[in-house]
Amino acid sequence: MDMAESNLLQPEITQSAVTVASSVQSGGGALEERTDRSSLRHSFVVRITHWIHAVCFIAFVLSGLAILLAYPRLHWGETGTLGAPALVDLPLPMVLDLGIRGPGRYLHFLTAWVALFSGLLYAVSGLYTNHFRRDLLPARSDLRWQTIRNVVSHHVHLRRSMRDDVHRYNVLQRVSYSVVVFGLFPFMFLTGFAMSPSITSVFPVFATMFGGHQSARTLHFVAANLLILFVMVHVAMVSLSGFGRRCRAMITGYSAARKKCS
Amino acid sequence: MSDKITRRRILTTGFAAATGIAGLEVAAKIADHYGLLAPDHQGPFGAGEALTYGAQRLLTARHSMAREFSRSEISALSPVNHAAPDYDPYQRLAFDNFRDFRLYVDGLVARPMSFSLADLKGLPSRTNITELNCEEGWSYIAAWSGVPLSLVLNLVGVNAKAKWVVFYPFNDFWNSIDISEALHPQTLLAHAMNGEDLSPDHGAPIRLRIPRQLGYKNTKYIARISVTDSLKNIGDGTGSASPEIGYSWYAGI
Repeated sequence: MDMAESNLLQPEITQSAVTVASSVQSGGGALEERTDRSSLRHSFVVRITHWIHAVCFIAFVLSGLAILLAYPRLHWGETGTLGAPALVDLPLPMVLDLGIRGPGRYLHFLTAWVALFSGLLYAVSGLYTNHFRRDLLPARSDLRWQTIRNVVSHHVHLRRSMRDDVHRYNVLQRVSYSVVVFGLFPFMFLTGFAMSPSITSVFPVFATMFGGHQSARTLHFVAANLLILFVMVHVAMVSLSGFGRRCRAMITGYSAARKKCS
Repeated sequence: MSDKITRRRILTTGFAAATGIAGLEVAAKIADHYGLLAPDHQGPFGAGEALTYGAQRLLTARHSMAREFSRSEISALSPVNHAAPDYDPYQRLAFDNFRDFRLYVDGLVARPMSFSLADLKGLPSRTNITELNCEEGWSYIAAWSGVPLSLVLNLVGVNAKAKWVVFYPFNDFWNSIDISEALHPQTLLAHAMNGEDLSPDHGAPIRLRIPRQLGYKNTKYIARISVTDSLKNIGDGTGSASPEIGYSWYAGI
C-alpha cells in the first residue's frame, strides 16, 4: 500500500481496536464511538515508555555529567590521556573528589538497562501495531516541499496547527522523532558498547567502526548533546501547544477530559 | 475501561508482585549457581550490576579476547592516578628492588606456595599489547609482560569448589575476580611494562592485568593471592574495596 494513502486513512486505522473495546463497553452508540476515536492520541505502550524514557533521560544526563566531569576532555582515535593532544577541552571543571562519579556510574548503567528494556518494548509494540510506519516515519506526501514549507511557516509564526484535533504528527515531528528513535537512541547504545572493554572483546567492530574507543566516547558526548537539544525543543513545543493538555494526553491517552461512556 | 480499584484487581496485583519477587529470588539462586551473580548485586543499583555481570558473563563465556594492538600503537604517555604506597613494608621492599618480596598464594588450593620476584620472572611469560581504560575516561595502550595467572593457579592446584580469586595488595585496595576471568589467557601477573620492570607507581613488583575490565580492577602491588568459594566474609561482602567507595565490583561495563 502506498504510504501516503495509508496516512490519509490513518485516523480510522489508528483507533479501530479502541473503538471496538469502547463500543463493547458503551453498548455501541455511534456518537460515542466517534468521540473516543477522535480523542485518543497515544497508545498505552507509547505513554508508559514515554514517561520511562523521560525519567531515564534525566538520570542519564545527571549521571553522564557526573562521569564526564572526571575528565572533561575529548579525544579522537583509540587512546587519549592528560598530556596527549585533545580534540576539545570542554569548558567544564575537572571534578575528582566529590564522590559523585561512583554513584553516577552505577546509576548510568542501571538506567541503560531500564532504557534498553523500555526501548525494546516500544520497538516490538511499534512494529506490531504499525505505529512506526503510520505515525512516525514521514510519508511521501509529507516530504513535499510545499508541505514542509507550510509546517515550518506555522512553527515560525507560532501558529497552532489548524488540524490540532487530528492526531497526526506533522512532518517536522515525524522527522525529529524518527531521528531520535531510529538514529540517536541506538547510536547512544552503540557508542556506549564501544567504550566497554568486555563487549569489544566479543565485538571489536563496535570500537573500530567509530575509529577507536576515544572517538566513540566523543561521539557519545555529541549525540547526548543532540538528545538534550531535542528534549529542550520538544518541551518548548509542548509548552507552546498547551503543556497541560499535551501532558494529560500523554498520561491518559486523551487530550480532552473524557466523556462518560454510559 | 473502569479505573475502580476492585478486590480482584488488588488480589491480582498482589499475586503478580509475589510471583515476581519469588521469581527474582529463584533467578538469583540459579544465576549464583552458574557463577552469573555479581557479589554487589544488592542495594539500590544492584539490579543493574546483576544484569550487566550476568549478561556479559554469558556473552564472554567462550573466553573472548580483549583487543590487542601493534607495537607502533603503544602510547607515549601512561599516567597513573595513585602513587605507590609511601609506607612500610612496601617502601622497604622497593628500596631493595623487591629482593625480599614474596607473593603468597593460598586459600582453596592443594599446595599453598610463595614466589619470589625472580621465581615469577623465571616462569613462562606472555606479552600482551592492550589498552588500559580508566573509569575516568582516559586510556592508553602499553605492552604488559608477565606470568599468566592461570599458570600460577595450576602450580598451586585450585580446588574444584573455587569460585573467586582475591588479591591483597600492599595498600587497602583489595580486589577479587571470578575464576573464569582468572583463568583467561590474557589475565597476567604483570612484572614488566613496555619492556621494563614495572615502576612502583605502575604497581611494582606485580600487578594484575585484566584487559577486559577497567583500570581500577587491575590491582597494583599484589602481596597475596587467595582462592575462595565465597566472598561473603571478606570486607563487607561486596567482593572488593571498590563497591565500598561506590564503584561496581565488575568493571567490564
